[in-house]
Amino acid sequence: MEQSVSYTLDSTLDTVDHAEQKATRIATELGFAEDEVMQISMAVREGAVNAVLHGNAYAPDKKVILAFEHTPDNLVITIRDQGKGINLSEIPNPLAPENLLKTSGRGIFLMRSFMDEVEIRPSQTGTEVKMIKHVHGATAGGKEGSQ
Amino acid sequence: MSMKLSTRQVDGVTIVDCSGRITLGEGSVMMRDTVRDLLSKGNKKIILNLGDVNYIDSSGIGELVSAFTTTKNQGGELKLLHLTKKVHDLLQITKLYTVFDVKDDETAAVKSFK
Repeated sequence: MEQSVSYTLDSTLDTVDHAEQKATRIATELGFAEDEVMQISMAVREGAVNAVLHGNAYAPDKKVILAFEHTPDNLVITIRDQGKGINLSEIPNPLAPENLLKTSGRGIFLMRSFMDEVEIRPSQTGTEVKMIKHVHGATAGGKEGSQ
Repeated sequence: MSMKLSTRQVDGVTIVDCSGRITLGEGSVMMRDTVRDLLSKGNKKIILNLGDVNYIDSSGIGELVSAFTTTKNQGGELKLLHLTKKVHDLLQITKLYTVFDVKDDETAAVKSFK
């Protein structure tokens, strides 16, 4: 991939699949291990679900901006929606006993579990989620590995 | 690969063989409809065979929880069979592994129903 790439996507379910596919392709190209590729793609999928469903609420005039940037040390992924923003304090802990059998509310938890850093910046004009996966090993980042 | 479901009966237990992806959208809806259909027809001993499920997202996890609680609330039992490593790991980190009755042998799973 280029050092950075950005996509502007519609607020549809197809976007969720496309975002996941792009993440899988880019993480694979950058040489992440198979389990890390799965983690990255799932984190992006969950972020895209939140942007499309909870952020933009499927509004046809609102877009999801998905960006990937890679540095020697990190893959940085940003997902931005154009919704009303979220109140982070209202997001329940999905691991609390009283929430274990809830059928939703695990997306951000999975993103935090799978990525090394997750920063969520809500505002009244949208929410931006920045996720970082550290590059481990010499092959990640598209470099040739040294033995 | 989209999700595929097929059901079969073994000694009074309904086994739902699932393959593909249980994700937001079609996969989750299929799972929900299948379990509700089984329950409405009186099939309350259900095993979800997830051996060929290669991907599941948070919506899919939610659908498994929904299937479990819906079945339990109607006096039935729902168990999971043949978890792949990915699904197993997801249920572990979400602390759901101990909530579900998870089996790795079909015969033993069928016999385990009361």
